[in-house]
Amino acid sequence: MTLPRQRRARRQRAFRIVTFVVLGAFFLIPLVSMVDFSTRGTAGSGRTGEAWGALLHDPELTAAIITSLELAALTVIGMVLLLVPTMVWVRLRVQWAARMVEFLCLLPLTIPALVIVVGIAPVYAWVTYFLGGSALTLTFAYVVLVLPYAFRSLDAGLSAIDLTTLSEAARSLGAGWFTVIARVVVPNIVSALLSAAFISVALVLGEFTFASLLHYDNLQVVIAFFGKSNAKVSVSASLAALIFGFVLLLLLSLLGRGRKGRRTTAIEPLAVTTPAGKEVKG
Amino acid sequence: MSASALETREGVEVRLEGLHREFSGVRALDGLDLTLRPGELVALLGPSGCGKTTALRLVAGLDDPDSGRVVVGDRDVTHVPANRRDMGMVFQAYSLFPHLTAQQNVEFGLKLRRVDRSKRAGRARQMLELVGLASQADRFASQLSGGQQQRVALARALAIQPAVLLLDEPLSALDAKVRAQLRDEIRRVQLEVGTTTLFVTHDQEEALSISDRVGVMNQGRLEQLAPPEELYTAPSTAFVAAFVGLMNRIPCRVEAGRASVLGATVRVTDRSVTSGEGIAMVRPEQLVVEASDAGSAEVLQVSFLGSVTHVRVRTADGHELLSQANGAEAARLTVHTPVRVRLVADQLLVSSD
Amino acid sequence: MIKAARRALPSLGMVPFLGYLTVFLFIPTVIVVVGAFQDDGRPTLDNVRALGSGPVLHALRQSLVVSASTAVIGAVVGGLLAYAVVTCKPDGAVRRAVTSACGVLAQFGGVMLAFAFIATLGFSGAVTTLVKDSVGVNLYGSGWLFDVPGIILVYSYFQIPLMVIVFLPALDGIKVQWREAAENLGASTWQYWRQVAGPLLLPAFLGSTLLLFANAFASYATAAALVSQGNPILPLFIRSALTSEILLGRANLGYALALEMIVVVAIVMTGYALLVRRTSRWLR
Ligand SMILES: Nc1ncnc2c1ncn2[C@@H]1O[C@H](COP(=O)(O)OP(=O)(O)OP(=O)(O)O)[C@@H](O)[C@H]1O
Ligand SMILES: [Mg+2]
Repeated sequence: MTLPRQRRARRQRAFRIVTFVVLGAFFLIPLVSMVDFSTRGTAGSGRTGEAWGALLHDPELTAAIITSLELAALTVIGMVLLLVPTMVWVRLRVQWAARMVEFLCLLPLTIPALVIVVGIAPVYAWVTYFLGGSALTLTFAYVVLVLPYAFRSLDAGLSAIDLTTLSEAARSLGAGWFTVIARVVVPNIVSALLSAAFISVALVLGEFTFASLLHYDNLQVVIAFFGKSNAKVSVSASLAALIFGFVLLLLLSLLGRGRKGRRTTAIEPLAVTTPAGKEVKG
Repeated sequence: MSASALETREGVEVRLEGLHREFSGVRALDGLDLTLRPGELVALLGPSGCGKTTALRLVAGLDDPDSGRVVVGDRDVTHVPANRRDMGMVFQAYSLFPHLTAQQNVEFGLKLRRVDRSKRAGRARQMLELVGLASQADRFASQLSGGQQQRVALARALAIQPAVLLLDEPLSALDAKVRAQLRDEIRRVQLEVGTTTLFVTHDQEEALSISDRVGVMNQGRLEQLAPPEELYTAPSTAFVAAFVGLMNRIPCRVEAGRASVLGATVRVTDRSVTSGEGIAMVRPEQLVVEASDAGSAEVLQVSFLGSVTHVRVRTADGHELLSQANGAEAARLTVHTPVRVRLVADQLLVSSD
Repeated sequence: MIKAARRALPSLGMVPFLGYLTVFLFIPTVIVVVGAFQDDGRPTLDNVRALGSGPVLHALRQSLVVSASTAVIGAVVGGLLAYAVVTCKPDGAVRRAVTSACGVLAQFGGVMLAFAFIATLGFSGAVTTLVKDSVGVNLYGSGWLFDVPGIILVYSYFQIPLMVIVFLPALDGIKVQWREAAENLGASTWQYWRQVAGPLLLPAFLGSTLLLFANAFASYATAAALVSQGNPILPLFIRSALTSEILLGRANLGYALALEMIVVVAIVMTGYALLVRRTSRWLR
């Protein structure tokens, strides 16, 4: 005789297995296909690593990879310089602005990246005028792009420490504001900074919209460009970028695990974890 | 609040027979037997983790026993699903449906029973009146205090006129004053409707003050089931003796059914050691302390607790004892006062450990 | 006077942040809004009027179809997946693996995702080839992957995991006590879902669906990499407007299209905010 509860548990397990298997297939098949596609031999049979070799040897591709990595690094620096002092300052001295800063930081989630690109072209005319036409000027736009995600990580990190006491203690020992931020606050929010940096790097490496419409060559633009002539290289480069991004984001989710445990209630978190209506995919 | 608001219902007998339940190696229930008489309120008392909640959940049908039976009246309900058991349960906390008002929460069970709208609303209102919350009927759970939420939960459980009422530490989330008030209210309502009730708590005072009988559980078994006075004055095991109220453990010798304790000789109770060495269980109020220069004991500490004063003393042979003194006597005692300790008891439980 | 100035002084620390956002976020947005109503510096409604023309309306309609269908697919399938996840052990390895994977996949899109599907279902994609060789059916057809149906399929790849992430907290918020209390009061499984879990989850579910809708509506990169010709959806229409300077005879049409996009997203996000507020009435 089976009890109702056992029947329910069994039904649930069956449902779980079916769901995981079917959706697992849906999510894995494209990835496996990429491996297959990018290693396929020219005659339609056999395997070759050519398309993967191109990642290191094709000058256009390697240049684009380097550009994207530089952009990622610059974006992280820009993001930290803009966000950390502001957020610390708001918490310590201008509390009334806290809601406003949060709102502003999350705003890029609701203004589609495409819209910003359309309007930013005239601004970029000035940027080019002052700083030249290097692709690295994309950093300015990318800092805005990563703002919401970086804000969330840093906000969680700053909430977890007693900022006021820390800074008062440091200042009573004679530290200036710069020292407070660089020597006292930053070391205490290292893991939050790392998450913010990881997500920023992942986003920048996948970014396409800004670069392509402002006519700069970053990794994604070059991958898309290759798609017309040599799809295999595009696929291998996509997969490589993907795996790199996966690793970053997985590290991120591991980092996040260490810090959680504060969240208690319930249904509202919709507002907490939403990469809202937003082009996050480059 | 009139009794006529409630159709009283014949209480039924509830029997738990040899219930076993194991959670991955932990024996939560290890052969629990317990019988509730029709209409009676039994409190289940025991240390944390002794299986009280598990027992209650098995009765409610929210969990299945590995073996054993639950019988209500003369019907074996062991395999009846929870939603057809006709039992009202009040959980420890947070069980109100948050999207429904207090009134709608109370109506929930009636709605499931297809009671028509006007009758349902009327009855829910009576129930809320009964627990003194008629004026808060339109509030959501988040707009009510913890005590109010628990009262709504009680009203909700009572509204369906269950055959059995199950309460799992319904008051533990509340502060002392609200707790005392609500506990008396629960008892009043229970007497009024006459529902057989099982009340789980780890608060002794709560258990002793409102129940017809108290069951003390230990490691998944029932140690003793008795009316509160009996439990207190005549504990049947050392565990119960130590668990309920404060107890001194005094080594003694037993011969021919009599123990010599602190120079006095007293009869021992049924379940005691019959001869040889043992440990006598002595309540603080069974020890009288008097200041006396000839006394061989010494006061260690005097704690004024309001209505009584606890006096901790050390006897000549080095034992520490807790005794109780009244105001007048206590006033004369300070630390280091030499005292005499006298045993005032007709019979004592002497256990082997 | 001086005192007031003193007090205002710390606010100066906000200047770099606000200045930066002004230049790189507000000014672009203002340029879009103003530009939509201008031609050569003169005010005009012609650009906005051009939004009513056939091709633009067609692209808008297709965009709405893509957004709505991927939102619904994402919400339903992602909702089921999220439910499968909550029935796992709360701290078990399965749950952690699935949520981490979803966190990653929800962010995965754009060019890389497009190529993943080209490698799978493109003309010589792995699955296309496999099916052709083994069953003899040509999955590629006439290139549906590079049109609206393809966009819907590919978007589902990030919409489903996004749903899991935004909806999981709502499912986690459903307390066991509620189920047990409902059962205890006589509710069957169906009645519990119908009267307790359903109403509790509905606002969060609808809110998540709206969020997915906005997410799809605003997406550009994936579609841009997938579809190299034609403007089946609004974002690609904007691409044409930006790259070909003059489209439908209008130099500033791009601004009007972008404005249209802002308006749609704003409406959807307002709906979302209202739904979130509704649930918060039940909670503190
Ligand atoms: N679902 C479960 N899974 C695993 N172990 C459980 C489960 N429920 C109870 N236990 C274990 O069974 C034992 C009895 O638990 P139970 O909740 O019945 O205790 P209790 O008497 O109600 O304690 P408390 O006074 O702390 O509420 C405990 O050791 C507990 O850890
Ligand atoms: Mg318990």
